[in-house]
Amino acid sequence: MEYFVQQLINGLTLGSIYGLIAIGYTMVYGIIGMINFAHGDIFMIGAFISLAVFLLLTSVLGFAFLPVVLLIVLIVAMLFTSAWGWTVERLAYRPLRGSFRLAPLITAIGMSIVLQNFVQITQGARVKPLPPQIRGGITVMQGSTEAGTIVVQLSYMQMIIIVTTLVLMTAFTLLIARTSLGRAQRACEQDRKMAALLGVNVDRTISLTFVMGAALAAVAGLMFLLLYGVIDFYIGFLAGVKAFTAAVLGGIGSLPGAMLGGLLIGLIEVFWSGYFTVEYKDVAAFSILAIVLIFLPSGLLGKPEVEKV
Amino acid sequence: MASSTTGVKVSGKKPAGDQAETPSRGRAPSPAGPGGGGRFQGSLRDAATAAFVAGVLGFFFIGLRTDIAPGGLDIKARWTAWIVSILVVFAGRLALNLFVFKAERPVTLGLGAQLSSVGETLPGLSKWLVRLLLVFALVLPFFLMTVFPSKQRQFIDLAILIMTYIMLGWGLNIVVGLAGLLDLGYVAFYAVGAYSFALLSQYFDFGFWMALPLAGLLAAFWGIILGFPVLRLRGDYLAIVTLAFGEIIRIVLLNWYQFTNGPDGISGIPKPTLFGLEFSRGEDGFAAFFGLEYAPIHRFIYLYYIILALALITNVVTIRLRKLPIGRAWEALREDEIACRSLGINTRNTKLTAFAIGAMFGGFAGSFFATRQGFISPESFTFIESAMILAIVVLGGLGSQIGVVIASVAMIGGIEMLRNLGFLTQIFGPGFDPVQYRMLIFGLAMVLIMVWKPRGLVSTREPTAVLKEKKLIGADAVAQGEGH
Repeated sequence: MEYFVQQLINGLTLGSIYGLIAIGYTMVYGIIGMINFAHGDIFMIGAFISLAVFLLLTSVLGFAFLPVVLLIVLIVAMLFTSAWGWTVERLAYRPLRGSFRLAPLITAIGMSIVLQNFVQITQGARVKPLPPQIRGGITVMQGSTEAGTIVVQLSYMQMIIIVTTLVLMTAFTLLIARTSLGRAQRACEQDRKMAALLGVNVDRTISLTFVMGAALAAVAGLMFLLLYGVIDFYIGFLAGVKAFTAAVLGGIGSLPGAMLGGLLIGLIEVFWSGYFTVEYKDVAAFSILAIVLIFLPSGLLGKPEVEKV
Repeated sequence: MASSTTGVKVSGKKPAGDQAETPSRGRAPSPAGPGGGGRFQGSLRDAATAAFVAGVLGFFFIGLRTDIAPGGLDIKARWTAWIVSILVVFAGRLALNLFVFKAERPVTLGLGAQLSSVGETLPGLSKWLVRLLLVFALVLPFFLMTVFPSKQRQFIDLAILIMTYIMLGWGLNIVVGLAGLLDLGYVAFYAVGAYSFALLSQYFDFGFWMALPLAGLLAAFWGIILGFPVLRLRGDYLAIVTLAFGEIIRIVLLNWYQFTNGPDGISGIPKPTLFGLEFSRGEDGFAAFFGLEYAPIHRFIYLYYIILALALITNVVTIRLRKLPIGRAWEALREDEIACRSLGINTRNTKLTAFAIGAMFGGFAGSFFATRQGFISPESFTFIESAMILAIVVLGGLGSQIGVVIASVAMIGGIEMLRNLGFLTQIFGPGFDPVQYRMLIFGLAMVLIMVWKPRGLVSTREPTAVLKEKKLIGADAVAQGEGH
């Protein structure tokens, strides 16, 4: 039981990170119907920027008060990663708007290769370890088995990740539901041409969608850096594939679906490694995706595509 | 981005509001219209914006570098590199603006027109072009041996590699180009083919020719296994499941240590024989049998002809299948699935055959890969391979057979050419290693070609069903979903 609760906490933490990245996929897919393959690498870019800002603040400028440092890192990383997201859209996707479906997919894969290699060249191929910054936690429950006592720990890091994700999720749901930007986004999602006729600046709305997705990916990047403490130029690929799987599992185009899918993928992975084998955790996640899609072809919360003939 | 003409347009529409802004824009709204200084100023401002963006983007990557140092991470500044990168972007963008984007007569004006005119005169030419290419492919090894005797092995090896990708591209073209099923995990079948042969030879002592059909069959079988769960999925759902499938196969190959030897891979895979003749130095070798002097190049030439034959078989089968009911059904499925169903086409079987046949050719190519390398490991079958094959198909022009050839030669040949950039070291100093820029340039080229020609390099299509005479379908019609 204690083991189960501990795995549950770990799974929710990992799932939150996946969910944050998945939102970027799902928003872009919802609005222009393309897989932004470079999004995983935007997440990687976010992690690298976070690391650089953190080092600048602590070792060069000598700030010591951690909460303020982390807050500044978060804001700067979100801003700069957004610039990356905007540029990628501007260079590789906007020229192909209205072109046929596979063209932006290929440029997205190309962009992903470019980003990975750019970071590899400029920052080196070796992994960058960062010692854990936030230590400690609270004990949730305690139990004893034959092997000894098991302590279920909820570390402060995990708390921060889960709370931040919850706050951001709420903020973004409100943003989509209440503000005029959200209204414009939903309009573009339904019918881009009609939205343009009604005075919505479609290009600007799409750019802002990419900016928002990138900002969330930057948050995920910072969380990943703090939680695991090791990053390299290649982390974007696997995290991106997992997050995209999460978005599809939840029903691509649906914001709550992305979060739900992310949590599910995180839980599946952690429980599979906890109870079965670590090596096959990705196989488990992908298999569940395939099984869900056999029975629910548009994901858990996705709207079935109504096709008119 | 502010274009040069905005200043003029805005001042015409809103004379009052623009008054305050006009002086700062200098001579932009001069009566002479959008030309001269206005264009230059607009270009300058645009280039400055681009340079600013480059500065922002590069700040944490080019300007700073984190490195592992004793006692944690260390951060170093590289301001020179950062400023140089900003200046390069500024100059590049300015030049592009002045000569291409905003120029009255862009220097690239003729380029596109010339290319498309080549495409239009192609029908008469294409028959001869294809025959010419075929003859060239047939004599290529001997051509290379006579022209580049010192580098013959390297060049024939490159030709084999390109031919492998042509075959893979043609195989994937069946799935993506004809049936319209987006497959991001094609490399899985390549892996199945390669591992089938490797394991058959390891456990049962199978030779290449015995294992080849079995490898194809096994790959086709896996194609059907993948096909079943994805029958109801469409578009991007299909893409992610195929991607996941590719990853599953790779992870299993990586972790099933007892059977596949895991990350260590399988070595000692036998080379192909010519009716039992081995390409070895010895009494019963190929050279001795024909009374030739033994040369290691014989084996490479033989490998080249094997892959050429396999690729040509793929091509002929595809061309013939397009004229059979099943091929027509594939193309109909690509255009409109609902119409297909209402016309009584069995979409399930149609999709499954497309997956199976595409996978089979992938399996053949995989088998060939295993015998050529003599060693395989899961590292050769990563997602980047799938992406590369898909990029070849799409860049060449979806559904176009000759496009795959052009794209393979350009991309694979291009990558290999980038390996030979050693002379750049002399320009930029010994610390500069050009090889690491290879994939960066490759990715950029992928983006640029796609932006430049979204329908692929060969954007015209030949129709399969014709009334009286064959007419090429132009790029504009293809763009509207006709033909391809």
